[in-house]
Amino acid sequence: MATSSHDNPALLDIAGVSKAFGSVEVLRSVSLKVDKGEVVTVIGPSGSGKTTLLRCVNFLESYDSGSIRIDGKEVGFREAGTRQRRSERDLAAMRAETGMVFQSFNLFPHLTAAGNIMLGLTKVRGKSKAEARQIAEHWLSRVGLAHKADSLPAELSGGQQQRVGIARAVAMEPKILLLDEITSALDPELVGEVLAVVRSLAEDGMTMVMVTHEMAFARDASSRIVFMADGGVSAVGPPKEILAQETTNERLRSFLARFRASHF
Amino acid sequence: MLSQILYALPFLAQGFALTLWVSLLVVVFSLVAGVAMGVGLVYGPAPLRWAVRIFSDTIRGIPILVLIFFVYYGLPAVGVHLESFWAAVLALTLFKTAQVIEYLRGAVGSIPKGQSEAAMAIGLTFRQRLTYVIFPQAFRRFLPPWINGVTDAVKGSALVSLLGITDLMQAINQVIGRTYEAMPLYILGALIYFAVNYALSYASRRLERRFAFIRD
Repeated sequence: MATSSHDNPALLDIAGVSKAFGSVEVLRSVSLKVDKGEVVTVIGPSGSGKTTLLRCVNFLESYDSGSIRIDGKEVGFREAGTRQRRSERDLAAMRAETGMVFQSFNLFPHLTAAGNIMLGLTKVRGKSKAEARQIAEHWLSRVGLAHKADSLPAELSGGQQQRVGIARAVAMEPKILLLDEITSALDPELVGEVLAVVRSLAEDGMTMVMVTHEMAFARDASSRIVFMADGGVSAVGPPKEILAQETTNERLRSFLARFRASHF
Repeated sequence: MLSQILYALPFLAQGFALTLWVSLLVVVFSLVAGVAMGVGLVYGPAPLRWAVRIFSDTIRGIPILVLIFFVYYGLPAVGVHLESFWAAVLALTLFKTAQVIEYLRGAVGSIPKGQSEAAMAIGLTFRQRLTYVIFPQAFRRFLPPWINGVTDAVKGSALVSLLGITDLMQAINQVIGRTYEAMPLYILGALIYFAVNYALSYASRRLERRFAFIRD
């Protein structure tokens, strides 16, 4: 379990990251460390900056100050402290170290399920078509879709599409997997199949940061829960602590109360 | 009437070849320039975007005939002397380029942002994202207006006859000048233009159907 004191540096080290869209501060000096093998879920009201934070980790969004390091390497900028963006090639290489699964799946509609997974393997990892195909088939069977390898995304259900989305991300063997409200666009009966896949990845030791509204999942599957409010980290801790009824954190308590009222 | 047509055909053949040659040059040059500038318009830094925007809006606001005369009769004033053939090709290319820019912007703009982000997330570079993710999807939307534009280019190439270039249109006029039989020749000319453009539209429909599987 992670603590704030480390002998070896955290796999993901977010330190004092701030970001504003115009006059709106979406991230206020956010700091968070994630160790290898940890599953960290990020919860909080909408507009609290959860998704923005996640998108900063693979530099889909830039940030104004602070630093984000993966394995000690600054993600978007050439060096910590400088505002000099990495070159396009460098950024691409950095992004290949993280996997991301999106709320709206974002599968490539012109490629088959296997093709979606193979694209990064062949073009970024430089694998041969045959090898990439083998890896794609391996991951498709891991997510229970071996028989759908040659289906186009339009021929798959939402849950199936999202499982392909997960397979596409993990097939690249990322150091860390980012999951952005991956079940929010799914019909309720399809949520379970997707979460089951995430759970099995967690059991394999995949390091994950997951923005989610699935409290039961956060409670059962995460090593720590981060509660964000107003662009800052309001509380961090093991699920038991964060989801406890008697928490003294006012914001967290009202969030959970509202959540329980609407979901249970 | 048939005999007049048969008499005219050899004269027209050369003009027809020139019409096709002008059209081909214009279509190829404008495709390359238009796609490059269109990518600049969609993804480029602000100054480049403005430059392309101004170019496209200006060119599209000028009648193509004015553009042709401007390049041929106007540019010599600033020391640019072009042969009539190349002046015509340049003017038509400028005009077509502005259109291709807009086709590309529309086609690429219709691809959801999530596609680029997903492509970034797996580590593809900008060039790879365009090549493997954006263009294959945009192609289906680009094709119909572009083929339309190609048929326009073939038809529009008839304007080069105004610079005294012997294309199909000019060849027809020359034959009429000798035979004083306008009607059969114009009908013949219309049929030739129609045949070319119908073949293009037909090919386009076939292609569109081949790419119809890309849904979104």
